Amino acid sequence: MTSNRRISILAAAAALVAGPAFADDVVTVGLILPMTGQSATTGKQEQAGANLYIQLHGDTVAGKKIVLEVKDDTGAPDVTKRLAQDLIANDGAKALMGFGLTPLALAVAPIATEAKVPEIVTAAATAMITEKSPYIVRTSFTLPQAAAPMAQWCLKNAIHKVVTLVADYGPGNDAEKWFGDVFEKGGGQIVEKIRTPLKAPDFAPFLQRVKDDAPEALFVFLPSGQGAAFMKEFAERGLDKSGIRLIATGDVTDDDQLADMGDPALGVVTTHHYSAAHDSSENKAFVAAFEKANNGMRPNFMAVAAYDGMALLYQALDKTKGATDGDALIAAMRGMSWTSPRGPVSIDPDTRDIVQNIYVRKVEKVDGALYNVEFDTIPAVKDPYKAAKN
Amino acid sequence: MSGHEPAEAARVARHLLRRRRWRPLEIVAWTATLALILLIPSRALLINEILILGLFALSLDLALGYAGLVSLGHAAFLGLGAYTAGIMASRGLADPTLGLVVASLVAGLAGLVTAPLVLRGTDLTRLMVTLGVSLMLGELANRNSWLTGGADGLDFTIGRVLGQFPIDFAGRRAAALYSFVVVFALFALARRVTRSSFGQSVQAIRQNRLRAGALGVPANRRLVATYGLAAAYAGAAGALLAQTTQIVSLDIFDFHRSADVLLTLIIGGPGYLYGGLIGAAIFIGLRDALAGATPEYWEFWIGLMLVALVTVCRERIETALKRLARRLRPAPRREAAP
Amino acid sequence: MLTILFDGVAYGMLLFLLACGLAVTLGLMNFVNLAHGVFAMGGGYVTALLMNRAGIPFLATLPFAFIVPALVGIVVERLLYRRLYGASPLDQVLLTIGLVLMAIPAFDYFLTDQPQQIHLPAFLQGRFELPGLTIGAYRLFLVVVCGLIAATLQIFLVGTRFGAQLRAAVDDRRVAAGLGIDVGRLFAIAFAIGSGLAGLGGALAADVVGGVDPNFPIKFLVSFLIVVAVGGSRGVAGAFFGALLLGVLDVAGKYYVPSIGAFVIYAVMVTTLLIRPQGLFAKSGT
Repeated sequence: MTSNRRISILAAAAALVAGPAFADDVVTVGLILPMTGQSATTGKQEQAGANLYIQLHGDTVAGKKIVLEVKDDTGAPDVTKRLAQDLIANDGAKALMGFGLTPLALAVAPIATEAKVPEIVTAAATAMITEKSPYIVRTSFTLPQAAAPMAQWCLKNAIHKVVTLVADYGPGNDAEKWFGDVFEKGGGQIVEKIRTPLKAPDFAPFLQRVKDDAPEALFVFLPSGQGAAFMKEFAERGLDKSGIRLIATGDVTDDDQLADMGDPALGVVTTHHYSAAHDSSENKAFVAAFEKANNGMRPNFMAVAAYDGMALLYQALDKTKGATDGDALIAAMRGMSWTSPRGPVSIDPDTRDIVQNIYVRKVEKVDGALYNVEFDTIPAVKDPYKAAKN
Repeated sequence: MSGHEPAEAARVARHLLRRRRWRPLEIVAWTATLALILLIPSRALLINEILILGLFALSLDLALGYAGLVSLGHAAFLGLGAYTAGIMASRGLADPTLGLVVASLVAGLAGLVTAPLVLRGTDLTRLMVTLGVSLMLGELANRNSWLTGGADGLDFTIGRVLGQFPIDFAGRRAAALYSFVVVFALFALARRVTRSSFGQSVQAIRQNRLRAGALGVPANRRLVATYGLAAAYAGAAGALLAQTTQIVSLDIFDFHRSADVLLTLIIGGPGYLYGGLIGAAIFIGLRDALAGATPEYWEFWIGLMLVALVTVCRERIETALKRLARRLRPAPRREAAP
Repeated sequence: MLTILFDGVAYGMLLFLLACGLAVTLGLMNFVNLAHGVFAMGGGYVTALLMNRAGIPFLATLPFAFIVPALVGIVVERLLYRRLYGASPLDQVLLTIGLVLMAIPAFDYFLTDQPQQIHLPAFLQGRFELPGLTIGAYRLFLVVVCGLIAATLQIFLVGTRFGAQLRAAVDDRRVAAGLGIDVGRLFAIAFAIGSGLAGLGGALAADVVGGVDPNFPIKFLVSFLIVVAVGGSRGVAGAFFGALLLGVLDVAGKYYVPSIGAFVIYAVMVTTLLIRPQGLFAKSGT
């Protein structure tokens, strides 16, 4: 046997022996989202965002191969819980991501704690979620983060009489409370607090009440998906010409739907953490790549959150040099900061919640399509709910 | 008073006693399920979900298959049971058995109270009234978020079953075993009730209320009692759901829960008690397999199968199920008349 | 106050248009068609796509919003529903829910789950401000159109031979067949018209409910069922008044007591059914 052949045989044998060991170098990430049902648009955007990150940055990090397992929980927390447990126990998932609604994130919290697996929340926005487990990290946002700056902007711009209209559920209540508290503390007056039913609402009677109340501005929070219907009714009732300014959190002018909203949306001022029109090189590249990979679909804040969730995981794995132990990953994630397509972000080391810029934007036509154009920035906003507790 | 009466009564009693005997196929099926839980822990949670949906469908079977009362809002009782157990646990009364019992009682009471609503009118009336009640309860739960946690959901920790067995992440089998024991016990009870003279009379009422009344059967009272029992069973299913997942949220009152359980029962076939459990196994098994393959569009394939089931295979599956049902129920033996 | 009344009437008229097809199939054929909302959604999509992709003006798309679902209705009726006329309501529920489960992901796949918006022509936008009453132009249009359709249907049912045959078949199918009425053909035509009306209703509703999206059938199924249950399954008249009642109560409830909102229509439905289990205008002697 020639020495070459001997070497090749030895190499082959070594590969065979080392082969099974490579299986340990696979990191399974469970992405649990509502892919069907009322919140299906969230699932779609988030899946696209997560996949885009892998597409752009490869599926290997710190010597580990990342495998993304997407699961549909249909928006039912008992299903979310079972999927999470099965992902961890059967598929050996080392991290869980997603969670489109608050109960879905809460359902998984005890599992994350018990199994010591990071739970990266990339959609749900109720403030108290990160308190439910020391293994929860969030890359989306919290409603208080977006609502409080809106109140401050109002006060700065001599708006003192406001009606609030929010959808009747957790994030809506958060928005109403935080806008209201900050606004009233600054001397403003909330004339009325309206809550609309979460499912298939008809805005006509509620907007009629707003018209009758005749405030200076109407502050709105609605889950992404209801913005278009609301805007239409707003215009149809003549409220856009009545001198009542429309202000909202950015969910109402969600990039997903904004293009279709038409002229009534022009001039609406919102506060939010992401706009597809954000002027940075990272964002331009992100949007271009996203649209290319998804048939021209414009990314929204849900997609960016999932994108950043993957970014966070990759960077954490880099920092732990590939160790997938939950405690190590969480320790690595605390305090991590990077530049996301939305702007600079970091993970608060104390609360594990996201710290990010909040932008004040106005809806304008850019190249013939509607976009949220940023004109003011409030830098590095921490979640006010938890900040107030300390 | 005819002299035949004691002999007739004895014959009926013997017939019922025979029907109550457990068939070998039944024993095999239950033992196999238990074995699956113990031997394949990776599927234990799926089996837990099947057992709970099966119990829920069983409760609907009692109302629909036996008492003939259709319902599009059976989730009302599921939700009542779940929230009762959840609220109790979150307020410190975390013993699972206590939660289970109280939840069943609360739901059963609600069933008794709403039964008169359901007895009136046509099937369409019943469908709409039951739907309306479940949607109203959902709204009530949403309004009273101080009690129910509102749209955020109510999360809590549950105590150990009988003070011994924790139901937590590591104890996946514990959840399935707990559900198994409860479902089996309730099933056995339902089986006993339906094969008693009470159960026979309820079936007679379903087939022809006038005739049953003419035979002296207090139709309304029996229907109300059966509906109450069905509601209590649904409440138990809700309590199991809440306790094994340790979260309850508003979606439990959703229309799709009532629709899903109706579909499950129809797939398995109403009227012989096993239909709910078989339907649940098929429905959840299919859904899990399809959702794994196509998380976004699995509903399409389920819909296609349902359409195919009804139009093409219905008769074939019905004969197969009837044969199965006959094997799960002893054939009536003819006796010579006295 | 008057504005709210007017809004309620407009909403009710829309509900009527959407639900009257269901009242006909339920009342006439005793067929529980839970897939009714799919036809409404179809009509909405026809209008939205013709307007947004082919630039056809709104009013011109409306005939298509009627015809396309009607044609699809005929096909579906011939292929599927026909087999189950005599079957148990449970089987009908199974079939129609199966169709809904197929339709939603199918529409999602081909059209994405983004709501398709309908941008009304200028003359339908805006409103008329009168003292104490604001009349939205589009809502006025809705009231007029749905009112005309309701009137036409009523005339059709009462004044034509076909309508007489239809009413005969509703009252007693066997006797009608015995009199030589081709009940099968009647069913097919009635179903087609019902589906077409649903499609038209979907197209008209799209602007009011925030666009057409694949979840439309499920979102509004409950509303349709409530209209039919409250109005009684006799047909057009019952559905009309039932829808008006519900529309006004829903809108008024949300305006005057916003904290209760949706609760109102459910409570109204349950109460109505308790007092009159057959609905407000029911078939005599079911």
